[in-house]
Amino acid sequence: MTSPRLERNETLSLVLGYGLALLLTLVAFGLVVFHVLTGRQAFYTVLGLGLAQMLVHFRFFLHIDLKRSARADLQLILFSTLVIALMVGGTLVVLFNLHGRMM
Amino acid sequence: MTPDPVAPALRHAGLNLRHASREEAEQVESDVFGFWVFLMSDAVVFATLFALFGTSLEATAGAPDLRAVVKLGPAFIETMLLLTSSFTFGMASIEFSRVHRLTRRHQRLAVRWLLVTWVLGTAFLGMEVNDFVTMAHNGATADRSFFLSAFTVLVGTHGLHVLTGVIWLPLMLLQLAGLGLDRPLKVNLIRLSLFWHFLDIVWIAIFSVVYLQGALR
Repeated sequence: MTSPRLERNETLSLVLGYGLALLLTLVAFGLVVFHVLTGRQAFYTVLGLGLAQMLVHFRFFLHIDLKRSARADLQLILFSTLVIALMVGGTLVVLFNLHGRMM
Repeated sequence: MTPDPVAPALRHAGLNLRHASREEAEQVESDVFGFWVFLMSDAVVFATLFALFGTSLEATAGAPDLRAVVKLGPAFIETMLLLTSSFTFGMASIEFSRVHRLTRRHQRLAVRWLLVTWVLGTAFLGMEVNDFVTMAHNGATADRSFFLSAFTVLVGTHGLHVLTGVIWLPLMLLQLAGLGLDRPLKVNLIRLSLFWHFLDIVWIAIFSVVYLQGALR
């Protein structure tokens, strides 16, 4: 059996993750709704906030961290991220370039 | 270093495998890793749909564009529903990990959290269907333009995944009621929890890239 302290820590960590995720969501929506930023600045800030929230979810909801025992999952996720970055980045670069040439 | 039969990642993924033997624990770990491989290949599918969406933004062919299609209010409520359901599933996992053979309290609590999760997931789906009906009402159907096709496929694929979860969850509850919390069910509950949390992560990408960008344009 785990100690009550460890059990409380599990719940606390989940609540902390939920709080952080809520905060990031609210900031992202708030920036857009109240027109705090505009144009490119807003575009990249919203993307950055989304990325940060994904990290929060991986850490607190999916329990992926840098500890040795989670390494296999972490490596799989990082490799998939690389594949995704190449596919999405490559598609966008090629097609926007083509779009530019067709204009 | 004292040998720990279950990796911390699995322990936190929430099920009580502490009394499992080393072989059992390793089997569970490899089962769960297999599900991670599936999730990541699914992530690649979603990524290509995002790329498709990104290239389709200008191809509106006179039909409603992203700005006209996006409604920030419903999108915000959907985001809150899905985020909260991820939290309640996390609570269910924690309660399941505390199930003890002497008392049914934790299992009852876990089932209650799962029911809340199911209600939130269903509410999310209902709102999403309502969004698509509203869009169709305004003449924004998938057949009008490349952009609307890409939008429908991207958001719709996520919706279908949530639907899968919404069907999968009550099946797990039925199995729990009928056969009790045995090991295959524990592993399936871990898989379902990973699936559910993963869908919430995909939704972060959708509201950041589709809805918020649409409102910014």
